[in-house]
Amino acid sequence: MSALLQVRHLSHHYGRRVGCEDVSFDLHAGELLCIVGESGSGKSTLLNTVAAQLAPTAGSVRYRQRDGAWLEIATLNEADRRRLAREEWGFVTQNPRDGLRLNVSAGANVAERLMALGVRHYSQLREIARGWLERVEIDPARIDDAPTGFSGGMQQRLQIARTLVTQPRLVFMDEPTAGLDVSVQARILDLLRRLVNELGLAAVMVTHDLAVARLLAARTMVMQGGRVVETGLTDQILDDPQHPYTQLLVSSVLTT
Amino acid sequence: MTAALMLELRDLSKSFELHHQHGARLNVLRGLDLRLHAGECVVLSGASGAGKSTLLRVIYANYHPTFGAVHVRHDDRWIDLARATPHEVLDVRRRTLGYVSQFLRVIPRVPTLDIVAEPLLQSGVDAAAARVRAGDMLQRLNVPERLWQLPPGTFSGGEQQRVNIARGLIVPRPILLLDEPTASLDAGNRAVVAQLLQEARDAGSAVLGIFHDEDMRDRVATRLFPMQALEAA
Repeated sequence: MSALLQVRHLSHHYGRRVGCEDVSFDLHAGELLCIVGESGSGKSTLLNTVAAQLAPTAGSVRYRQRDGAWLEIATLNEADRRRLAREEWGFVTQNPRDGLRLNVSAGANVAERLMALGVRHYSQLREIARGWLERVEIDPARIDDAPTGFSGGMQQRLQIARTLVTQPRLVFMDEPTAGLDVSVQARILDLLRRLVNELGLAAVMVTHDLAVARLLAARTMVMQGGRVVETGLTDQILDDPQHPYTQLLVSSVLTT
Repeated sequence: MTAALMLELRDLSKSFELHHQHGARLNVLRGLDLRLHAGECVVLSGASGAGKSTLLRVIYANYHPTFGAVHVRHDDRWIDLARATPHEVLDVRRRTLGYVSQFLRVIPRVPTLDIVAEPLLQSGVDAAAARVRAGDMLQRLNVPERLWQLPPGTFSGGEQQRVNIARGLIVPRPILLLDEPTASLDAGNRAVVAQLLQEARDAGSAVLGIFHDEDMRDRVATRLFPMQALEAA
């Protein structure tokens, strides 16, 4: 297996304030990496900088395209970055309302990204949308309903369908299960786990929940104050944390 | 004929440094050497607190060794897991090094059959064949078929343990680490596990395990490796 994404010495500063600082990692095809840390640790800033939604203050992000060629993200123009986001990447936001179009139907939300790739045949789009609604466990009879009437968990599942329908190779997820009931959370985690395996996706997921990292990710990075303080196998980090901050995080988890 | 060396521990030490307990340091393993060959079953013996489970976890790279080396034969080359990259460790775990603990870590909502089949899928077996083999394995371990489509979260301790063993042994691996996998099994099921281990050894696997039950230990061990708790440092 070879790297799909190479992040080197990446920093993003908000004026004088550090968002994330000097972060390096590789992501391989088919691999899910979790970024953990508490609020304000810089994990969302890092995710957004890697995903080219924020401009890096320093450092680089390289991505290996479908055709094998390496792209230096910072050198791309806006149109190429948009093409990448549309054709090869996906982004799942914490609040599904930020990732969905609320005034169009569930089916249109799923089909829209496919249409952007040039699929035009109406009945085919509808068929694919219906298939994806089923895949994320939304009753296909709701295909013409607007997502405003959906529960939070359903909206999040719809956003996942909307993101994955184009079969991206790399998906960024920012706390996709935060703010949902525990039972709803388990369902979405199971769904993500299955889809990531089935589709062979590579993914970077931000979470403050160590149990989520344990369930989904083979590798984890721990952030504090904008820096990565510990990185490695998820089970190693959770069972034998080395850094004082990681030890604090792990020992603060309530066990049932 | 000498069997191939599969695992070699050299001068292995493990301490835990607890940063939030006034920097307390727990020394669990010190200067440990061990060699494990294909076809043998070495059983770790010693009282509770002697570091047996810790040793297995260090070998599986679940714990970082503080000092020393964990050499594993992987595709006829040697990898020191104490210094390997996470991707190397994952590859060694996928193909060479299996670990069966006492407890099944339950994945919510996933049916038993899929939990057992998953390691096969990850090693490239197609889904239908993997399910059939998972079913055979569950059958051998006397997990009734009516349970196969249910998630094991609500099963009894013994049933969960058998699901865990099925999952742990379904992919033949050259090295197997077993942390009391039979603790809550009845005699009949312990005999099944002993038989499965014998088959794995006959196929060339090297086994390193913890078995508190003496009957089980006598049945599976080719050699004991005694361990003792370190004095307080």
